[in-house]
Amino acid sequence: MRFSLNWLRQWVPTDLDAQSVADRLTAAGLEVDELETIGTDLEGVVVGEIVECRPHPDADRLKVCEVDYGADANLTIVCGAPNARAGLKAPLATVGTTLPNGLKIKPARLRGVESRGMLCSAPELGLGEDASGLLELPEALQVGAPLADALGLPDHAIEVDLTPNRADCLSIRGIARELAAAESLECREPEIVKVAPVVDDGVEIELLDPADCPRYVGRLVRGIDPQAITPAWMVERLERSGLRPRSPVVDVTNYVLLERGQPMHAFDAGIIEGGIRVRRARPGDRITLLDGQEIEPDEDMLLICDHEKPVALAGIMGGQDSAVGDATQDILLESAWFNPATIIGKGRRLGLATDSSHRFERGVDPELQTRAIERATALIVEIAGGRPGPVVEKSSPEHLPSIPSIKLRMHRVNRVLGTDLEAGRVHDILTRLGMKLEPDGDDFRVTPPSARRDLAIEVDLIEEVARMVGYDQLPSRAPGGRLRAVVASERSVAMETIRSTLHARGFQEIMTWSFVSEHELSMLALQASAQPLANPLSQEMGVLRTSLLPGLLRTAAANLRHQQPRLKLFETGHVFSSAGEWTESERVGLAIAGDAQPESWLENRRDFDFYDLKGEVEHLVGCAGHGPGAIQAVARTVDWLHPGQSCALVLNGRELGFAGQLHPGVAAELDLDDAIFVAELDLEVLRDRNLPVFAGTARYPSVRRDLALIVPESVPAADLQRVCAESAGQRLAKCVIFDKYQGKGIESGYKSVGIGLILRDVSRTLTDEEVDSVMLSVVESLKKECQVRLRG
Amino acid sequence: MRERALADVAGADDLRELDEVRVGWLGKKGRLTAELKNLGQLPPEVRREAGQAVNELKRDLSTRLEARKTELERAELDRRLATETLDVTLPGRAVDPGGPHPVTRAMSRILSIFRGLGFAVADGPEVEDDYHNFEALNFPPHHPARAMHDTFYLPDGRLLRTHTSPVQIRVMKEQAPPVRIVAPGRVFRSDSDQTHTPQFHQVEGLLVDEDVTFADLKGLLSTFVNTYFEDELEMRLRPSYFPFTEPSAEVDIRWRNADGSPGRWLEVLGCGMVHPNVLENCGVDAERFTGYAFGLGVERFAMLRYRVDDLRLFFDNDLRFLAQFR
Repeated sequence: MRFSLNWLRQWVPTDLDAQSVADRLTAAGLEVDELETIGTDLEGVVVGEIVECRPHPDADRLKVCEVDYGADANLTIVCGAPNARAGLKAPLATVGTTLPNGLKIKPARLRGVESRGMLCSAPELGLGEDASGLLELPEALQVGAPLADALGLPDHAIEVDLTPNRADCLSIRGIARELAAAESLECREPEIVKVAPVVDDGVEIELLDPADCPRYVGRLVRGIDPQAITPAWMVERLERSGLRPRSPVVDVTNYVLLERGQPMHAFDAGIIEGGIRVRRARPGDRITLLDGQEIEPDEDMLLICDHEKPVALAGIMGGQDSAVGDATQDILLESAWFNPATIIGKGRRLGLATDSSHRFERGVDPELQTRAIERATALIVEIAGGRPGPVVEKSSPEHLPSIPSIKLRMHRVNRVLGTDLEAGRVHDILTRLGMKLEPDGDDFRVTPPSARRDLAIEVDLIEEVARMVGYDQLPSRAPGGRLRAVVASERSVAMETIRSTLHARGFQEIMTWSFVSEHELSMLALQASAQPLANPLSQEMGVLRTSLLPGLLRTAAANLRHQQPRLKLFETGHVFSSAGEWTESERVGLAIAGDAQPESWLENRRDFDFYDLKGEVEHLVGCAGHGPGAIQAVARTVDWLHPGQSCALVLNGRELGFAGQLHPGVAAELDLDDAIFVAELDLEVLRDRNLPVFAGTARYPSVRRDLALIVPESVPAADLQRVCAESAGQRLAKCVIFDKYQGKGIESGYKSVGIGLILRDVSRTLTDEEVDSVMLSVVESLKKECQVRLRG
Repeated sequence: MRERALADVAGADDLRELDEVRVGWLGKKGRLTAELKNLGQLPPEVRREAGQAVNELKRDLSTRLEARKTELERAELDRRLATETLDVTLPGRAVDPGGPHPVTRAMSRILSIFRGLGFAVADGPEVEDDYHNFEALNFPPHHPARAMHDTFYLPDGRLLRTHTSPVQIRVMKEQAPPVRIVAPGRVFRSDSDQTHTPQFHQVEGLLVDEDVTFADLKGLLSTFVNTYFEDELEMRLRPSYFPFTEPSAEVDIRWRNADGSPGRWLEVLGCGMVHPNVLENCGVDAERFTGYAFGLGVERFAMLRYRVDDLRLFFDNDLRFLAQFR
């Protein structure tokens, strides 16, 4: 809501300066977004009228204007504005004036023609942005009058960003009430004078859907002067409130809308056949709206119709055919109350947001309609003449909202606010806000004003009290309450632990979008389970991510382009899958690429490889508190990973995720030159852990025996370790792979593997014979199950 | 003889020479050993005196030898160490640090403050239904208040949560008062420009108990803000409107300029007393219990704390930016 401060001051005579008014409104919950100063330093600028305009003899772009400024003789002024023309009223800066922009007006000679003054554009006077030509003043202005007086300047335009509950403040009347209540001032509401009917012509009104429109007030005005112009004071108020003046009738309805908050409409009465019927749309209804769009209204939309056709989309926009035109003399005014539920969302469906729908959606004062139509009639008759008919009101009281009577308990006020306010103060506050209070013991029964559709229950009134006392005046109490232990379970690893483990290993956390493009996912063959959005911002953000991979890869690619020689990235977040049962799960994703170590004089450069990634995963799993052997890598792969360098991960028997090199084919599609290694782990599985249980410490020395084995290439190391463990049994403390070699000296199809077995017994020192016997059995099992032989 | 012996010790320049001196005087065939052997042949009247003198010399010589040995060993170590001198200005074996995203960093700080104040951390899904995101929070269907939330919808009517407030509902339906939680997480609005990103992070707080007042809310928020910024900042509350709280307020803090002078007012939080309809929707007796709720944007707090001037940097994931928040 934007309005002129001078206008508001007519309702609330306050000495506060503009900034203070803005501050008070903000403090009362009407947040002032913008405070614009209009028209200062205009001394010497008067209303001029161009009476003659001819081309400059020596310059194509210049015109020579004779300007009447109320003096005996006209001034000759050379002007370059394209809109300079005879009959135009424009601001004239007389010789000696200093404009707000610092320009001093002196007599000048322009290409041989004497010019004594300057006709001004809006920005030259600080009155607007439009520098395309002269500021065109309302025709009604008195020639020669000081511009500031003529336009009621200086003024301020105030823009308040209203919350949806405060529909009552979408008018000067509502804002004036708030300011008056906050400042303990009187609100001087201009009296509404009833205009007596001059002609008998009424209008027949039928409410066919009274729940949607329980009140409709109409009035005919015959014989208005189509040549009439809107007076300057009204034009100025409309413009400063952000509305463009059009014609006297439309301007008056807009003026009443701004002043009172009642959206109104004027029809060309000559087009209305029979009378007004307010009804829901039916199949086959069509109407061309004022903005030119032809619609077939949905059946839940409400129409204003005559006996033949729809003439307006109720509460949203009038029809083009029934609009008041340049020649219209007979008009039908409409002032109605529409049920907010009927209006809400309908304009949006058609891409329409009008001043009218904005107010009806939020709730107009249901007792305003008759007064508004009287006000509009008075203004129209004043400006354009005409003979009004009687006010015709049709209403369905049972469908009109009732004004509630709300019980307000003083102890509840103080209990919610933490105050010890007295009843007298509360009474005073609510009365100033226009409420009627009946004392009821310590409590009150409160009837809010009809405009305050937001007040329905006790706490609504408590908020009013708080607002008027001032939030800053309410007490503050340091945090307290009963102590409670709030500590997360030890059986779930804290996210902080996971993150700081990764930080310490050199991983940088990133945060990417939760939505990705379907294309991005399909490159990874991950699109099948992707959930699309109904209203995405763009195709690029069209579906919910099914994996953290796309974000990691996109970030990796962008940073590699920024010449980062090595990357270690991670992200945690939710991923979504619509395949089968809907799932939303939390994951951590890792990506590494480029140099395995930071560049150093100590080490030779090498690239990251699969085992770097796997080591990071194993380290993370270990730091999360899972013992050795808890995680297993299974050589099972997915489409988007290198088939020979990737694995599925299983932790404590549950699927943890995957790790591997991004498939070089996919990498090429993503324009990634470097090999990139990625892993994605389910956080729930990773974080879920058991408490440690003390298992004693080995008191007797252990023995290490190493085996050098020739193993078929296809036998994985995990099999060797498993066979060792099964065969050695309880005495095996640890089994390490300390060497792996393929190449010269080893026949093809085989590899050489060094395994160290660390053996011990919990109750005594093992004898050589016992160790030998264990090793014998291990070697036999390895030969049998893994086809190994001992190396020469 | 004493002078000669001591001079030999002092004159030994390395351990080998010193050992030769020791053998020359104290070895089996050493000169002093020979003297000792000769004592028996001396006349008894001088034997005693001479014996004392030789033994004294032997003791002194041994002490000197030991001292000289320590001295020479020390010198030799020094010489060896001198050859091992490194260029200590060369960089160490490199280990790059990683670090948190600045939003996570701010989030962690925010949560640690609320944990310290006795709030438990609760979470919920990012894909929500209309009931939890709007209806139970007292947004009537089609209410204009919904227009304040530019919502992303799924084709089946579910939506991406526009705030973490649905967690309030989930927690209160599970747990009877007292409730004291904070709900951190990612939220979504279909809005994208210089000051809006379609996803951002919120922390929402909820406290429901007997005898909870607006005064408690004010006290909590000023404690939080001052702790977070490690400063005593001026704070003001302005009346506002959220369907799920009443009275509702927006909270501004008076920012401090780089030179310490008071700066402009910045909006940092929304809050209010939990609306009785919300309590009733969750089966909480709104007569007996009252509560407050508040919500803040983590990106905003990160921007203020670390003086980041463009919201969109947070989701660009440029390492040159991210690496500055370790």
